[in-house]
Amino acid sequence: MAKKTVFSGKVEFVQVLDKDGKADKTLLPKLSKEELKQLYRWMVFARIADEKCLKLQRAGRIGTFAQILGQEAQVGVALALKKNDWLVPSFRENALIWALGAKAEDIYQLFGGFEKGQQFSGLNILPISVPVGTHPLHAVGIAWAFKLRNEKKVVATFFGDGATSEGDFHEALNFASVFQVPCVFFCQNNQYAISVPRKKQSHAQTLAQKGLAYGMDGIQVDGNDVLAVYRVARTAIEKARFGGGPTLVELVTYRMADHTTADDATKYRTKTEVEYWKKRDPILRMQHYLKTKRLWTEKWEDTLGIQIRSQIEKSVQIYEALSQPQVGEMFDFLFEKKTPELEQQKNKLQNWKNQEEGKV
Amino acid sequence: MTQMNMIQALNSALFHALEKDSSVLLLGEDVGLNGGVFRVTEGLQKKFGEKKVIDTPLSESGIVGSSIGLAIAGFKPVAEIQFSGFIYPAFDQLISHAARMRNRTRGKYSCPLVVRTPCSGGVRALEHHSESTESIFIHTPGLKVVMPSTPNDAKGLLLSAIFDPDPVIFFEPMKLYRQLKQEVKEDFFEIPLGKAKIVKPGEHVSMVSFGTMVPQCIKALELLDKKGISAELIDLRSLSPLDFETIQDSVHKTGRLAIVHEAPRTLGLGAEIAATIAERNVLDLEAPITRITGFDTIMPYYRLENDFIPSSERIAFEVEKIVRF
Repeated sequence: MAKKTVFSGKVEFVQVLDKDGKADKTLLPKLSKEELKQLYRWMVFARIADEKCLKLQRAGRIGTFAQILGQEAQVGVALALKKNDWLVPSFRENALIWALGAKAEDIYQLFGGFEKGQQFSGLNILPISVPVGTHPLHAVGIAWAFKLRNEKKVVATFFGDGATSEGDFHEALNFASVFQVPCVFFCQNNQYAISVPRKKQSHAQTLAQKGLAYGMDGIQVDGNDVLAVYRVARTAIEKARFGGGPTLVELVTYRMADHTTADDATKYRTKTEVEYWKKRDPILRMQHYLKTKRLWTEKWEDTLGIQIRSQIEKSVQIYEALSQPQVGEMFDFLFEKKTPELEQQKNKLQNWKNQEEGKV
Repeated sequence: MTQMNMIQALNSALFHALEKDSSVLLLGEDVGLNGGVFRVTEGLQKKFGEKKVIDTPLSESGIVGSSIGLAIAGFKPVAEIQFSGFIYPAFDQLISHAARMRNRTRGKYSCPLVVRTPCSGGVRALEHHSESTESIFIHTPGLKVVMPSTPNDAKGLLLSAIFDPDPVIFFEPMKLYRQLKQEVKEDFFEIPLGKAKIVKPGEHVSMVSFGTMVPQCIKALELLDKKGISAELIDLRSLSPLDFETIQDSVHKTGRLAIVHEAPRTLGLGAEIAATIAERNVLDLEAPITRITGFDTIMPYYRLENDFIPSSERIAFEVEKIVRF
């Protein structure tokens, strides 16, 4: 035979809750009442904490900030990860970072000009990565370490639709697949890379299918459906944990806010489009579902809101009570041990500051 | 002690590193079965296995980016980039992440990795195979940069680099891979980073050099000696951090300074040394500082490469000028 098909692939789309919160019972993940409420709580926390960031930025109390508004269903991945698993995020995963146990003030610090905010103390989370698409390779390296040490741990990494156009994204998928490392790639396709829409980012019908070219599964998920996100994440993570290799998961979602506080999205998208996505809000959708399960009441919602707001106020107080970092700090973490030249430069700056402040 | 060339010395260093510490990994293109295109990793995969000496896809950013993750997760990766002229796809990973991870997380994470890469010209290679790119890395805060010129230094410095807690770019001058054989200790030893070496003490002028230019400077010493000029030769070995103290002490003694490197002149390491010595040794100087370097041109194809690279004659000629100033 001269001609034959040597490869064919498929990409499935998974949605558990439709846009009105009605569940497909055949796809519902097995979750306890408490877990269902936890997913909802995490999303509400993220929305309020995110909104607070915006207010802090507008008041000049933190710097440029990237909102996650509309993308809260990413918290589904938090429920699928185990305590010893790792997260390698980009800069639009605050909801997930909070759900994994980071404090609201960690994020406020980070966007408020303190490197210390990148530590996420006690958690296996890498610092947020600003150069688009570069960090999935770090996730691959960490996952590779787990495989080499026979540890049953998994790394989840997040990036946006724009990142799939970067070379490092492809190198990461290729390495992950060649070495069959326990890494799950989550692409938050929020339809825009700043102003450039998804269709101009790639001519491919889905972003998930890019996984197939590297010999890994690619799957597309309704990224505004927290139950679908959880369901697919759990399957991919457990597959990776037990030697099944990496997966590329495309979460189809929408960035309701501007790219960052320095952007104005009204310049490049229509109200109609934003309204369309507003009707697909991940929190309202889950709220409808919880109502049908008799797990949601207005009273619970009110109490939840009050609790979260008071928790966030405390975080803001902690953040605002931080004193300006010591000027020498910029020299102290370049290397484990400071070089003589860095020591000299540090002293020089310190002396200048002292002179400026009239201490000498 | 055994007679070793630089390839053998580097191979011995990698052998000892792998033997001493199970977290050491070698990865790169052709480093496994093939033993590396220059045979630096020869026999190591056979000895330590495919999980320790890893052939990777042809993917420089992939090699360095995944090494960052491996390093964060507790390994000590020694990545090979086949030629320094091909390091650019990995540049973003080195500059944006490896160099910054410790600082960015205020010490929570660090990147104890080494990138080994053959460099510099003189071997009649194709375009991109003869580059001297060290300054770009020296200019980047958070990276250490090393370039040995002898087998013994190559071994001791590579072992220090591998066990250093921070990222090190380790340049290996290809021309010197097989040029010199010397006695090298067979077992594990380290030569500390950040310490220059006085190759030959002298009275009239300080010559500061590194990498391929050190053997050229040694030849120049003979030419100068015939003219009654006693030059002190310093091999920097570590380019970042740089041992200014040794240079300052030497210039204090001789009053004259010539810096010799193969890389282009503008913002080459010579510029930084000249500026610093001008600041710190102004009262010692009896003549202008001179730089003997490659030119601000693209490294030519091999027909002209020996006109680009400073020769011992050119070095001696320029050094004599400042001595007679």
